Amino acid sequence: MNLIRISKRDDLPKKKEIVIRILAILLSILFSGVIIMMFGLNPAEIFRSIIEGAVGTPTRIRQTILTAVPLTITSLGIIVAFKMKFWNIGAEGQITMGALGATVIALFLPESVPAPLKLLLMLLASMLFGGVWAFIPAIFKAKMGTNETIFTLMLNYIAIKFVTYLQYGPWKDPNSGGFPRIAYYPDNALLPSLFGVHIGWIIAIICVAFVYLFINYTKKGYEITVVGESLETARYAGMNISQIIVTAMFISGGMCGVVGMIQAAGIEKTLVAPIANNYGFTAIITAWLSRLNAVACLFVCIAFAMLTQGGAYIQIALGVPSAVASVVQGTVLFFVLGSEFFLQYRVSLARRAAQAKKEVA
Amino acid sequence: MQQKIAIEMKGITKTFGALKANDNVNLTVEKGEVHALLGENGAGKSTLMNMLSGIYTPDSGTIAISGEQVAFTSPKDSIRKGIGMIHQHFKLVDVMTAKENIIIGQPAEFFLQGKALSKKVKALSDQYGLDIDPDKKVYDMSVGEKQTLEIIKVLFRGAEILILDEPTAVLTPQEIRKLFRVIRNMKEQGCAVVIITHKLNEVMEISDRVTVLRKGQSVETVVTKDVGVSSLIEMMVGKKVELSIQKKTFEERKPLLELDEVTVKNSEGKDALSNVSFTLRGHEILGVAGVANSGQKELCECIAGLARADKGRIYFEGGNIVDKTPRDIIKLGIRMGFIPEDRLGMGLVGSMDIVHNMILKDYQNQPGIALRRGPCVAQARKIVKELDIQTPSIYTPVKRLSGGNIQKVLLGREIDSAPKVLITAYAVRGLDIGASYKIYDLLNEQKAKGVGVLFVGEDLDVLMDLCDRILVLCHGEVTGIVDPSKVTKEDIGLLMTGQRQESGDGNKFPGEGGEA
Repeated sequence: MNLIRISKRDDLPKKKEIVIRILAILLSILFSGVIIMMFGLNPAEIFRSIIEGAVGTPTRIRQTILTAVPLTITSLGIIVAFKMKFWNIGAEGQITMGALGATVIALFLPESVPAPLKLLLMLLASMLFGGVWAFIPAIFKAKMGTNETIFTLMLNYIAIKFVTYLQYGPWKDPNSGGFPRIAYYPDNALLPSLFGVHIGWIIAIICVAFVYLFINYTKKGYEITVVGESLETARYAGMNISQIIVTAMFISGGMCGVVGMIQAAGIEKTLVAPIANNYGFTAIITAWLSRLNAVACLFVCIAFAMLTQGGAYIQIALGVPSAVASVVQGTVLFFVLGSEFFLQYRVSLARRAAQAKKEVA
Repeated sequence: MQQKIAIEMKGITKTFGALKANDNVNLTVEKGEVHALLGENGAGKSTLMNMLSGIYTPDSGTIAISGEQVAFTSPKDSIRKGIGMIHQHFKLVDVMTAKENIIIGQPAEFFLQGKALSKKVKALSDQYGLDIDPDKKVYDMSVGEKQTLEIIKVLFRGAEILILDEPTAVLTPQEIRKLFRVIRNMKEQGCAVVIITHKLNEVMEISDRVTVLRKGQSVETVVTKDVGVSSLIEMMVGKKVELSIQKKTFEERKPLLELDEVTVKNSEGKDALSNVSFTLRGHEILGVAGVANSGQKELCECIAGLARADKGRIYFEGGNIVDKTPRDIIKLGIRMGFIPEDRLGMGLVGSMDIVHNMILKDYQNQPGIALRRGPCVAQARKIVKELDIQTPSIYTPVKRLSGGNIQKVLLGREIDSAPKVLITAYAVRGLDIGASYKIYDLLNEQKAKGVGVLFVGEDLDVLMDLCDRILVLCHGEVTGIVDPSKVTKEDIGLLMTGQRQESGDGNKFPGEGGEA
């Protein structure tokens, strides 16, 4: 009958945990290597090229950082919500709305406003817009118990379609020669650069520190964790759960909104409908991979950005199909996420047909 | 010759992960015998019986039924061998009648033979002295009736070996007496009955022999009438335990908390508590008795501000606290420790360590936005030391601790805040005897300090030993407030089933003299 028995692990020595994780990465390299060979390619060359493509030249390093920045900040925003077990999968929409908020300031504030002030206002507007977009599902969840998953997901489309409408309709740039796009930001609304990369990277590092301190060293962060762990306990401790949910979500959405501002003012130089570029969904993966730890999140996102950039590079440089890059990425994810299962459960062969579905009765 | 041995389990071992739930357990039950299986929580009683009823398969060891070796792979096998288990949580379909519940899962003919079935059920109930109306729907039944139905269900399937898992936990004293009568009838008819329990007085009353389990091992099987309660406890716990609750009465008992015609509605708009009035004083432990779900939870929650009183007033030190937030009420010095069935769900965060669980109720009084752990580390050290909590360190997640230690953490935190009113609900739920008495001692200490303790309990014996007064709830109404030294358990049982105190002058009952 049941030849394999699965039981939950209670505690795992740190050593064993590291071994399992390293094993997962090695296995993923091995497996993707086999698949690459099936394509008739040399795995060693592909792996080398991926690394080369990610960090081979200063330009490529810059590109990798540009990918890592929005991913990191979005992941951090998601971590704040996920800590509370509020499944915010609406980061796409929050990023889009944040970009919209920044654009309102960028385009409609007089050109004479000095750049630092304008950028600060854009930052605040993006936080506000992103925050409000997350606040809506939060208040409904807090007051009426609606399901946040479907709610945040749907809000994504509303945000994106609304920006599309602006792009094709009222905000269409008359000077674009009929091309449906919104006017480019004036120069004083663009993110300045530091060391060749726009200052979004500084914002990302500040955000890492902020989320780390917020979750671990503030009362609000503590409340969020308690609400996430046990709603009843929070209630019995006299916490104002509605207010905690709403605040945490406002912060979560606000951070995602900042991503929108960085992408609009640093990369696109205007507002476009696909501004979120799937970062909102990819960040869910990276948030989980970092086990909701802000500092780990930074490194996970950098690694992820390297994989993305390296994957793009091998397509161009080696002329291999984009599927190869996706396969490598997918295999790595499969093994790393799969190893979580072995970290939490013990799998053993049962000597006899033993039904161990329940723990000790 | 007829086989005299009904069940023979030898060398049974069962492990779950790292835990040895049963380790070389032996159990022999004869026909026509009531055999009690006694042990503390986690001693492996339920695991053993689940193997007998085919829910689990032992890792090693043998089971023989009426002398014949068996290897059950599913509950069906054990039913076929005449084993019937009555679980703590009833497995009945609410919307069906008794009759329909009996034949569920039975190989039946295409058409239900209604009348014939009723007749058969009737015959069975007469044989064992059970009372049941075959056409009554389950949702109309009381807990006692449901249990009767469960018993008939297994008898109908031809069970000759009955296993009852803590059958008395949900019953009133009157219902327990009735159940025991039925068990005795079954015994006379030659059935073998195994009763799992941790209530010693019941063991003494009903069983012929007792097998004591401790930490997964069978300690000893003894003939009940040859042993005393204290030696049974010693076998259960493994050492001598001082078991007495000291009840001291204090002269000065000033009123602290007063409920005045409080009504609380549940989510369906029905009264979960209706017109509840009582006074809790300093230097006293006021017990709350009642069948499960008679409004105990709502009572605790409305005092703590977690549930809104729809009507009525709650006075604390003279002020009405009905409209105050839970936070304000905590600040006033009213603290509650509610132990839910899973023990962790309300009041503690399982994945957090003791320090962070200490912070839970005090962080709100800290100034600023930063969380200060320092004072709580000291507090955690203090309660670990004072209450003798067994833990590797104060930074161990509380869910890794044993049930008793978890409860000590919870109560320790509430007590350490020097409350004026302490509400405890099911404080000893699932605790072993030694740990339970430590908790009673803690509560008595609080009482000596002048705290008013509201003790919601399950075990009437404990309530009577511990409390100065007992308030009895039935369907959300107070059916009486009694002095335990002046009434019997049966009197309380009657109140629990809804009979009101028969005295003419309102709240006065034997012993309830000087009510304010």
